[in-house]
Amino acid sequence: MQTEIILSGFGGQGIMFAGQVLSYAAMDIGKQVTWIPSYGPEMRGGTANCTVVIADEEIGSPLVKNPSAAVVMNLPSLDKYEPMIQPGGVLVINTSMVDRSAMRSDITVVPVACNDIAEEIGTPKLANMVAVGALLGGLEALTASDIEAALNAHMPGRHKHLLPKNLEALNKGIENARKNMIKAK
Amino acid sequence: MARELWKGNEAIAEAAVRAGLEAYFGYPITPQNEILEWLSHRMPELGRAFVQAEAELGAINMVYGAACTGARVMTSSSSPGISLMMEGISYIAGTEIPVVLVNVMRGGPGLGNIAPSQGDYNQICKGGGHGDYHVIVLAPASIQEAVDMMPLAFDLAEKYLTICCVLIDGSIGQMMEPIELPEMRPAQRKDFPWATNGAKNRPRRILTSIYLDPPEEEKTNLRLLKRWEAIQANEIRSKEYFLDDAEIVVIGFGTAGRVALSAVRAARAKGLKVGLFRPVSLSPYPYARVAELAGKAKAFLVVEMNAGQMLDDVRLAVNGRIPIEFYGRLGGVVPFPDEILDEIQRISTADLQLDGNPVADWMKRMEAMVR
Repeated sequence: MQTEIILSGFGGQGIMFAGQVLSYAAMDIGKQVTWIPSYGPEMRGGTANCTVVIADEEIGSPLVKNPSAAVVMNLPSLDKYEPMIQPGGVLVINTSMVDRSAMRSDITVVPVACNDIAEEIGTPKLANMVAVGALLGGLEALTASDIEAALNAHMPGRHKHLLPKNLEALNKGIENARKNMIKAK
Repeated sequence: MARELWKGNEAIAEAAVRAGLEAYFGYPITPQNEILEWLSHRMPELGRAFVQAEAELGAINMVYGAACTGARVMTSSSSPGISLMMEGISYIAGTEIPVVLVNVMRGGPGLGNIAPSQGDYNQICKGGGHGDYHVIVLAPASIQEAVDMMPLAFDLAEKYLTICCVLIDGSIGQMMEPIELPEMRPAQRKDFPWATNGAKNRPRRILTSIYLDPPEEEKTNLRLLKRWEAIQANEIRSKEYFLDDAEIVVIGFGTAGRVALSAVRAARAKGLKVGLFRPVSLSPYPYARVAELAGKAKAFLVVEMNAGQMLDDVRLAVNGRIPIEFYGRLGGVVPFPDEILDEIQRISTADLQLDGNPVADWMKRMEAMVR
């Protein structure tokens, strides 16, 4: 059993960290995991993406062409990754930054206004954690409590005061995903 | 010990520290910068030496000098930076002292790009610097394997008085995986009988790569060769997957090897008898095992992120006994597993010839693909 997730957006949207949170959670429940970033000029501003592979056995390729899930935080990312997702896979769309719907009906689509929700809870930077929450409903490999435990265990001490807000963002993402999810046909 | 999630470059740097690295000299270049960055705070914290040199030329010669004292020393760089170091590397080889080198390869030739590549195989395995010498080259495919290799690299360098290079590509440097680190050791500086560590109360020692008298240089070359014989006899390393009944054997090292593992698993799921042989020591190369596998398999598929540099070593081992096919991606492009799976499926039904030209055949397929 292998799960592959591509997370993509503008540099600065917290995409890399979101992928690392998933990786910490996978590691802590005893899975094999790889996290690989795009590390080109996008580190300095353009679009950025990372790929997380979670598996029970030694992981081969850390890069995948057809992921089982994608989280797209902006329109260029939706255009790029929607066609790549495996049939039956999951697509989380940040509708705060994307003005079109998904075109495919053979994948589960989760439209969630990540930036708006993050603004509502008073921490605009946490759009990434809302997106992680939104992804969990469609993901078998990890549960909300796995993510909570990972945040608790691996957040550096100086950031620990941000934990409650992170969990709030995560739970808002889960709630909204439940409401908005369009299951694969 | 609990597993921790580490970035490849930082993990390699910390593993070197824990293996007793006493001094590091280097110069920044992407995609290996995190090695330098990590050591820039870690080494002073432990009272050990970290110097960012004025350039690669300075760095390798500082390594040369420090190694002469018997200290555990290393440098790291990426492809163009390693090219700049080649003169010093040859001098170190000629002086017969232990040095560890990490090359996080990127796309080339020239300035190229910062994407993952395996284009420096020939450079480091077949020479690079001038003169008759060999470097031990180890190619991990995961971060844990790289971490485990760092103490080994120092041990091998010191045992055989040679350079040991850990050869990875940008993707292993940049990715994160769960690892367990080795236990912490103090800085290692053995009292080697050759070390120039102060001649008080003893005759002075001279370390040099200059032998103006050719017969003396010939003796030195023979001494290097004698050590290389011992390395070839004792230090071959490789990993094998699904080889028991394999009719097609895929051969790839480092990242190309682990991408091929995904393809081999997918091919197995389709009922194809395919296995993977992943050389870990690239120099010395596991010729004997490859030759043995050629006696059992119907065909080999060599997969690399270069234009077939290791392919030559496979051909040497196979010696024309079975057909060899090649698949490569160039210039910083990393293959996806499905590309290799397509090749496995093609080979499983193809009418392969013993006198084929694997590189020419692959180029024809490539030209159609990248047009």
